[in-house]
Amino acid sequence: MRPFAYERATTAGAARAAHTGDAAYLGGGTNLVDLMRLGVAVPDRLIDVSGLAHDRIERRDDGAIVIGAGVRNSDLAADRTVRAELPVLSQAVLAGASGQIRNQATTGGNLLQRTRCPYFQDVTKPCNKREPGSGCAARDGENHNHAILGHTLTCVATHPSDMAVALTALDASVHLHGRDPLPLAELYRLPHDDASRDTTLAPGDLITAVEVPPPGMPSAYRKVRERASYAFALVSAAVALDVADGAVRGCRIALGGVAHRPWRAYRAERLLTGMPATEESFRRAALAEMENAEPLRDNGYKVPLTANLVCRTLSDLASGEGGRP
Amino acid sequence: MDSGDGVVHAEITVTVNGAARRLRVDTRVSLLDLLREELGLTGAKKGCDHGQCGACTVLLDGRRANACLALAVAQDGAEVVTVEGLAGGDRLSPLQQAFLDEDAFQCGYCTPGQLCSATGMLDEAARGRPSAVTPPGDGPPELDDAEIRERMSGNLCRCGAYVNIVAAVRAAAGEAAR
Repeated sequence: MRPFAYERATTAGAARAAHTGDAAYLGGGTNLVDLMRLGVAVPDRLIDVSGLAHDRIERRDDGAIVIGAGVRNSDLAADRTVRAELPVLSQAVLAGASGQIRNQATTGGNLLQRTRCPYFQDVTKPCNKREPGSGCAARDGENHNHAILGHTLTCVATHPSDMAVALTALDASVHLHGRDPLPLAELYRLPHDDASRDTTLAPGDLITAVEVPPPGMPSAYRKVRERASYAFALVSAAVALDVADGAVRGCRIALGGVAHRPWRAYRAERLLTGMPATEESFRRAALAEMENAEPLRDNGYKVPLTANLVCRTLSDLASGEGGRP
Repeated sequence: MDSGDGVVHAEITVTVNGAARRLRVDTRVSLLDLLREELGLTGAKKGCDHGQCGACTVLLDGRRANACLALAVAQDGAEVVTVEGLAGGDRLSPLQQAFLDEDAFQCGYCTPGQLCSATGMLDEAARGRPSAVTPPGDGPPELDDAEIRERMSGNLCRCGAYVNIVAAVRAAAGEAAR
């Protein structure tokens, strides 16, 4: 591991000022320390932001819920307000990682974790995300767990976070030190011609909190993986659904494990709004979202799996299973 | 402090199994390597060194954590309990005794991590912390086998002694509830 300087920041301003050159912020370290050990991340300085006073979950007067960037994943998932009013968020966090890692990992760090593409993590393989211009070993390699939507010749990696999928369905924004808040829809990006950037953040931007608008709809998270626990998603769905008089009044659908970013299924949402809340409508909308899917050699199974997952999660919410607002 | 070859050291104070220790550490050293190589506490094991197996689990400020993913330099002021600190002298903790009674191991390599993880997990459950399989609602979850398996999923056992590990944790959970 490359030697690095370490400092503990006491204010967000001091942390921001200390972030120069190849510095990196350290939260729980559960992804960054691993990437440093693998030689994928090589910061020359770590700025520890875990001691900043960003460790609370508060409800604002307007009903929005503001989650400090330093709130540990386990504390977020156990928070009574979050469990009762944002079940999709609590469920998503609990569906990820292990009890140990959720105790260490922070909200801000979870959002900025890197892809688990095995070629990204292997410094002997070409990877445009790790080393721009070197190529993509996954595109024609072992790619059963890679993207089916929005990928390019440059990169077929998926975003690994469960929490970010739930927050995308909840229309959340990040608070940044010294900058205007940024909706998650604008935080994450597709690879386009530069896979090295997962987000639109500039070097040194510091997430201080996540803001979730006032909860309104019942919501649920469902994740499919290769074993029952402690595995990344093959695909996942975060769904919020509002049904009145048997018709869909509103819905929000975000997908994990299918793209370089949490994938908001806008097309399915548009098709569903105003339609009867029936399995037939749900299936038609889910299949429509998959029309643009471009599976790779090994991951064609994700197309029907995702459609089934969305359909099933919508059906459960419509029948009253899954979380209340 | 840069010692000239680019290597940076820092002074930290950590309390390990009740004893405060003042230490000078290379910033790259993990908490796991600090415990094993500097302090001679070889109970916590290095399995994968990537946070995937849980053999390195310790209690960090009262919560179970993977010591391989924690940088020692970031633990200044922290309180660490390792498997060596679970017993009260020669008196095993109820969980340790349950592992013996239920034969909850084969080779034993994952056992220190299982013990620290289950110790932290029982505390989490007692405080009403939910897991992915906990039904909605407040109150402490009932630690049935599905809860125990889900909550212990961060600890792998290559020998496959899971059946007896679950039995041991269930027994300790029952004792704690009495």
